[in-house]
Amino acid sequence: MADSLITINNLKKSFGDNIILGGVSFHVESGENLVVFGKSGTGKSVLLKCIVGLLEPDEGDIIFDGKNILNFSTKELNSYRKQLSFLFQSAALYDSMTVRENLEFPLRRHFKFSEDVIQKKVVRALEMVSLEKSIDKMPSELSGGMRKRIGLARSIITEPRLMLYDEPTTGLDPITTKEISRLIRDLQAELKMTSIAVTHDLICAQIIADRSIVLRDGNILYEGSLDGLLNAKDRFLQNFFSPELFEESE
Amino acid sequence: MQNKAPLNGFERGILKFFHDLGNLNSFAFRFFKAMWYPPYDVAEIMRHMYELGVKTMPIVSVTGIIIGLVLAMQSQPVLARFGAESFLPAMVTISVVRELGPVLTAVIFAGRVSSGIGAELGSMRVTEQIDAMEVSAINPFKYLVVTRIIATTAILPILTMYSIFLSVLGCYIAIILFQPMTISLYIGAVIDSIKFADFIPGMAKTIIFGFIVGLVGTEKGYNAQNGTEGVGVASTTAVVVSSLLILITDTVLVKLSLVLWPTV
Repeated sequence: MADSLITINNLKKSFGDNIILGGVSFHVESGENLVVFGKSGTGKSVLLKCIVGLLEPDEGDIIFDGKNILNFSTKELNSYRKQLSFLFQSAALYDSMTVRENLEFPLRRHFKFSEDVIQKKVVRALEMVSLEKSIDKMPSELSGGMRKRIGLARSIITEPRLMLYDEPTTGLDPITTKEISRLIRDLQAELKMTSIAVTHDLICAQIIADRSIVLRDGNILYEGSLDGLLNAKDRFLQNFFSPELFEESE
Repeated sequence: MQNKAPLNGFERGILKFFHDLGNLNSFAFRFFKAMWYPPYDVAEIMRHMYELGVKTMPIVSVTGIIIGLVLAMQSQPVLARFGAESFLPAMVTISVVRELGPVLTAVIFAGRVSSGIGAELGSMRVTEQIDAMEVSAINPFKYLVVTRIIATTAILPILTMYSIFLSVLGCYIAIILFQPMTISLYIGAVIDSIKFADFIPGMAKTIIFGFIVGLVGTEKGYNAQNGTEGVGVASTTAVVVSSLLILITDTVLVKLSLVLWPTV
């Protein structure tokens, strides 16, 4: 545990009477890629939003680099957020900005780079996602897969220590899913980032996961390797990736 | 524990009105707190002034000319009945400088700008763009809200001056339809009729109206909920609330200006 970049302890979150997270605990080692599985509505996205400070948990701790982020001041929270990136399910590109401006935006706000350095970083990030020709396009001119790639380029441009992915391949065809997943894996290997990816896409998980956890009813049902998950004895886990069998067994 | 009777429609409406007013107050407080701290985003403020101001000019131009034209055409026969036609330039000028110019320009501005801001920020909220900004350690309130409110507050007085100028021009067009009058004589009559002090209450009002338009538009958009439906609601309520607040505030400010400048 000494090398943990982030540790979640007994995290609880409810909306009214609806318990979303019922006491989730896990850790992620530096450089590790953790995949979080779970059916829709099991609190996967809520977990990520708690980690980035968009939602405040009811109970528990989120320890990043030895410090509990829940005790952070606004300034400390911003400093923490500069060390991470979040790829939203929708990519969340800024509609009113071109691809270039989308990528420049975090660099201009947080760093005092020269114009030349900013442009080099933008081009480099776009080359990494093979979309350098789309640099002056508006987000509305891009396909779903391209938007995800640009979102990814915007996320990595600040070279974060921790990457969070919320359903990075949802709504994409199998080929694009593989492309995006390989891209995530290669970028992480190159930039030596730690990541937490929320998904229910097995193809994506098989490509990027070092370790996986499965959430069920707001609690961790499984934690371990993806191979272990696929060979698990638990009925729910056995059927997680075969919905037709699951329906029969239920 | 006492059982409370469910609220009727009227009571719910009153409750919602005060709830909305409370939200606007806390949003305004947040704005006044945030505006003093860097980054100041001057370039973004200038961009909004252009986007929100310059692009509103065509509709303000048409409205301005028509106000002057119609006011002069309606008033001319009445003034002629009392042999007071020579007061027409003065009457129209004072009306548009002190009341009609500021209020009508503000209502037009609210219709175009407040709804636009509401829809734009609402759309950014429901597509997680505001969350994305926040997660990137960029303060979305400063970047999206403060810049827009400052821009609307700064641009409306300029738009109002422009609208007043066009109303005075419209009045001249109406006058020369009835009788010949040289432009120099008309300008002389206009200048003689107004004092610098006449501009103070009108211009002071436009600053407040500009603030209201920006505040309501950003508040409705920034706090939009319930997906695309919420964007529509934000856009519509922004226009309704900002127009209503402009008219209510105007009533208060007219009374206040009469107390402060009784001789004007």
